[in-house]
Amino acid sequence: MLKLYGKYFSIHLKSTMQYKASFFITLIGNFLTSFSVFLGMAFMFQRFHRVKDFEFSEVVLCYGIMLLGFQIGQMFASGFKVFDRMIANGEFDRILTRPRNEIFQVLASRVDFVRLGGLLQGLVMFVYGIAQAGVEWTPLRILTVIFMLIGGSVVFSAIFLLDGAFAFFTLEGLEFMNVFSYGASEHGKYPLSIYGKEMLTFCTFVVPYALFQYYPLLFLLGRSDRLLYVFLPLISCWFVIPCWLVWRLGVRRYKSTGS
Amino acid sequence: MKKYLSFFRLRFVMNLQYRVAALAGVVCQFFWGGMAILAFYAFYQTDPASFPMDFQATASYIWLQQGLLAMLSLIGGTDGQVFEAIQSGNVVYELCRPVSLYAMWFSNNVASRIARALLRFIPVVIVSSCLPAPFGLMAPPDAGTFFLFLLSLALALLVTAAFSLVVYNVTFFTISDRGVRLISTSLSDFLMGGIVPLPFFPEGFRQFAELLPFSCMENVPLRVYSGDLSGAPMVRAILLQVMWLFLLVLIGKALEHKALKRVVVQGG
Repeated sequence: MLKLYGKYFSIHLKSTMQYKASFFITLIGNFLTSFSVFLGMAFMFQRFHRVKDFEFSEVVLCYGIMLLGFQIGQMFASGFKVFDRMIANGEFDRILTRPRNEIFQVLASRVDFVRLGGLLQGLVMFVYGIAQAGVEWTPLRILTVIFMLIGGSVVFSAIFLLDGAFAFFTLEGLEFMNVFSYGASEHGKYPLSIYGKEMLTFCTFVVPYALFQYYPLLFLLGRSDRLLYVFLPLISCWFVIPCWLVWRLGVRRYKSTGS
Repeated sequence: MKKYLSFFRLRFVMNLQYRVAALAGVVCQFFWGGMAILAFYAFYQTDPASFPMDFQATASYIWLQQGLLAMLSLIGGTDGQVFEAIQSGNVVYELCRPVSLYAMWFSNNVASRIARALLRFIPVVIVSSCLPAPFGLMAPPDAGTFFLFLLSLALALLVTAAFSLVVYNVTFFTISDRGVRLISTSLSDFLMGGIVPLPFFPEGFRQFAELLPFSCMENVPLRVYSGDLSGAPMVRAILLQVMWLFLLVLIGKALEHKALKRVVVQGG
């Protein structure tokens, strides 16, 4: 399966590289989109210096990790983002006839290399945050960072999966799902506690953003010693299950659009 | 003139059809606006003295921004059709018509902005004015301010449309439109005060940003409404809007003239 994915991956890479100029312009555009969010944040901190208990470098680290997870999800799970088109043009019928798992095939159908632009922005902030936030490194804290990145990419990919799954029922992408992907990644630039208790509860128990963002960040910055916080990002991956169930339900009742 | 008015009317009616999509959009905008206001509130609580605007004015700014999103964001709505026509070459069909391409696109652009905003504006205004004191949409201080708000809003609409026509015409010169759209959207979104309102910009940079055409977009009406922008600075901002509108139309027309010289219709 991995070998086959590698094959798909190199085909996508080759086809993207056919239009180099246009690819790099789009890459810059993608970089600028997240850079402008960062710049807005920097302007706010130049004026206020801190928000609640968090300093600039800490928030930069937080946004860096959030953005890396989001952009990894956007890059590799982007097949689900255009899944409504796959249903409309009958491409999904072709997928069902092939002897491979359908989720695998949708994942492999598109790799959005343009997201490397946003990924770069995330990486720069991540490195700056690590250097400036004064994290005292222990093996457990390194593990925390890795888990945060895994949790973020998995949860955002699951949201794209859910977005795609809804297309089985509505035949068209739902605009409000953007709130949970784009909205969450942009507003998740600040530690979620600053939005108040209710929002934090929602992001803990309903859509588990806080499990890979706020709580492990507390551990990382030495604000909390609870060992549980290290592993919360892995627990956040439970969110895949309901999304996958909706997808299964959709596949089961799928009727071709006939085009 | 009459034909452009009917383009306007057609596009207006067409865009009023997407009611369910508008409703779904409104849900997004409530969430987005709410989160943005909560974030500003967190900064406000941290250090109220450094807050450059009245908090209620900031909340109103954000609600109006969300309500008027479809009118005042640079690219969106039916713009995709124009980009596609330019990329695929179907634009030649438009050139066959006995109308000015610029005027037709301009009236289509303005019409879809107004129609799409109307559908979203009303629910956002109703709900956000019911919210408790510092978080909701405030009423404008007096009738005169409200009139000036409408005037600067109309100018902002025209400036934004004229700028998006410049972007249309730039894509005549590039292979793909995705990059140009991404770059112009993120640049304008930031400099018009879409992410952080202009008063929050650091001194120096703010003065620079205020001269750019982007500051003549949503920045002016959204701040005039709450009385944040008033007196002599407001008059200056409105005059600047008029100037940039004039310049952007000239630039757009010049670009179009240059682009259309290069168009070769192959037939077939």
